[in-house]
Amino acid sequence: MISFTDVTKVYLGGTTAVGGLSLTAPTGKITVLVGPSGCGKTTSLRMINRMIEPTSGTIEIDGRDTASLNPNELRRGIGYVIQSGGLFPHRTILDNIATVPLLLGWDRAKARTRAHELLERVGLDPVLGKRYPNQLSGGQQQRVGVARALAADPPVMLMDEPFSAVDPVVREQLQDEFLRLQGDLDKTIVFVTHDIDEAMKLGDQVAVMRVGGVLAQLASPAKLLADPHDDFVADFLGRDRGYRALAFAEAPELPLRDEPVVLLGSTVALAAETAAGDRWVLVVDDAGAPLGWSEPERLSGLIDRDHLHRGGTVARIGGSLRAALDAALSSPSRRGVLVADDGRLVGTVRAQDVLSAIERRPAGAVA
Amino acid sequence: MKWFLGHLDQVAQLMLNHAVLALIPLVVGLLLALPLGWLAKRYRGLYSPLIAGTGLLYTIPSLALFILMPLVLGTGILDPVNVVVALTVYTVALLVRTVADGLGSVPDEVVQAATAMGIGRLRRFWSVELPLAVPVIAAGLRVAAVSNVSIVSVAALLGISQLGSLFTDGFARNFLDPIVVGIGACMVLALAMDLAILLLSRAATPWLRTRVAA
Repeated sequence: MISFTDVTKVYLGGTTAVGGLSLTAPTGKITVLVGPSGCGKTTSLRMINRMIEPTSGTIEIDGRDTASLNPNELRRGIGYVIQSGGLFPHRTILDNIATVPLLLGWDRAKARTRAHELLERVGLDPVLGKRYPNQLSGGQQQRVGVARALAADPPVMLMDEPFSAVDPVVREQLQDEFLRLQGDLDKTIVFVTHDIDEAMKLGDQVAVMRVGGVLAQLASPAKLLADPHDDFVADFLGRDRGYRALAFAEAPELPLRDEPVVLLGSTVALAAETAAGDRWVLVVDDAGAPLGWSEPERLSGLIDRDHLHRGGTVARIGGSLRAALDAALSSPSRRGVLVADDGRLVGTVRAQDVLSAIERRPAGAVA
Repeated sequence: MKWFLGHLDQVAQLMLNHAVLALIPLVVGLLLALPLGWLAKRYRGLYSPLIAGTGLLYTIPSLALFILMPLVLGTGILDPVNVVVALTVYTVALLVRTVADGLGSVPDEVVQAATAMGIGRLRRFWSVELPLAVPVIAAGLRVAAVSNVSIVSVAALLGISQLGSLFTDGFARNFLDPIVVGIGACMVLALAMDLAILLLSRAATPWLRTRVAA
């Protein structure tokens, strides 16, 4: 657990970067600091490992005042991931990852074994270990940055906009993998971002900060969306709050319909017959996973991948209400596709059925 | 050519003297410039005075500096130490800026990452900042090496024996051959030192010659 008690940072010249911040980052959870530029989120993060010294107030990690510890020893016990990786350009990937273990006095062989292990853990090919950072893509470098921070298995991780320098597709992948990793590791994480969507996706709790380093609201993402404390928080959260809040509400059992399907490669005639008068028919692969919707009356011959309508999203059974509603809304047939965990089709659901499920929730319900 | 072949041993000995007189100041000057350059980079307020101050040293004419040295150091006028110290001053003058700029060229996020991982200041300097500053420092070192080779020859006027002695000898006897040989030998020496620094710097920076991933 990391706790800030009335922490202030005033820079020479009188600028207040952080003004009386008190908050707690619970053990094993991700606490996201989010806010506009100048809100002191990075300053707050860096005060935890004393890269910046607070002007007043105390920061404790598991009850120990960080000001009483040797800064370098403190830092070796805290993983740190920086934007665009901050890798050492003159060291190979393995050496980069092994940095902290070697500082802690591990022997070389053990540090290298650990580095290898982490390389695989973050989804990188071990052959990359011998390369230099400039031989890797931005996304790969970022993964190495995470591996390096995890190397000595620190209980606490600080992450400063770690995914903001990569393109949106890669960012999403990195976020998903990060959550999966955290699911195994249960680190105490403080994560800084300016991207509210990232904050909502990753945070167990989200601290919205305003300029001057003042905490505007600290709450779970669902609670923030449902009940923003003031106009600043509401504005910062942005539009579609009602809809976005559904992402944190698990869908109850929805009334599913059996969906007639055809296999990829079937004749259009068979598809038309299966559709039985409907304009759209769902196409699945051999394993029963939905591939997309097909419109038999506009096709001839065999149904191939190129002719599938792929606009519809797919929701997982037991996923969020938002995913289920979006599946229905985005489907050209207006039937939302629901799959099991293994990706196989379970059935389809109508938007109105999802909406009824939402309506049935108690008023003011939060997640 | 005939004169050269007849004086091979002498030319070789002068060249060796010349190389030693140029190299020692280069190494000592670099060692002195490292902390000064670090100070100039670390403390913003020191940058301008340090760069301007050391730069000013370079404007002292070499002959004047050679003659001043015995007065400052208490050495004899013919002592080669005068030349070594004077050239060290020039080397420092050239390299402080280079070192400061080289350290300044290290990406900020790399330095921050090093700090955040608990690498102490001194260790960070040797293991992160200095290796990354090598390309810039090596470029400055090459200039200083060539400049030293050229300035050493002036010391012949004081009677310190090195390739410059061939110039004074040639002038005194109104004989062109030693002058030509001296110029040639100076050029060879300067090129050799330049090449040596280039190769060392390449060997120290293997990461700069990797193919960037597609």
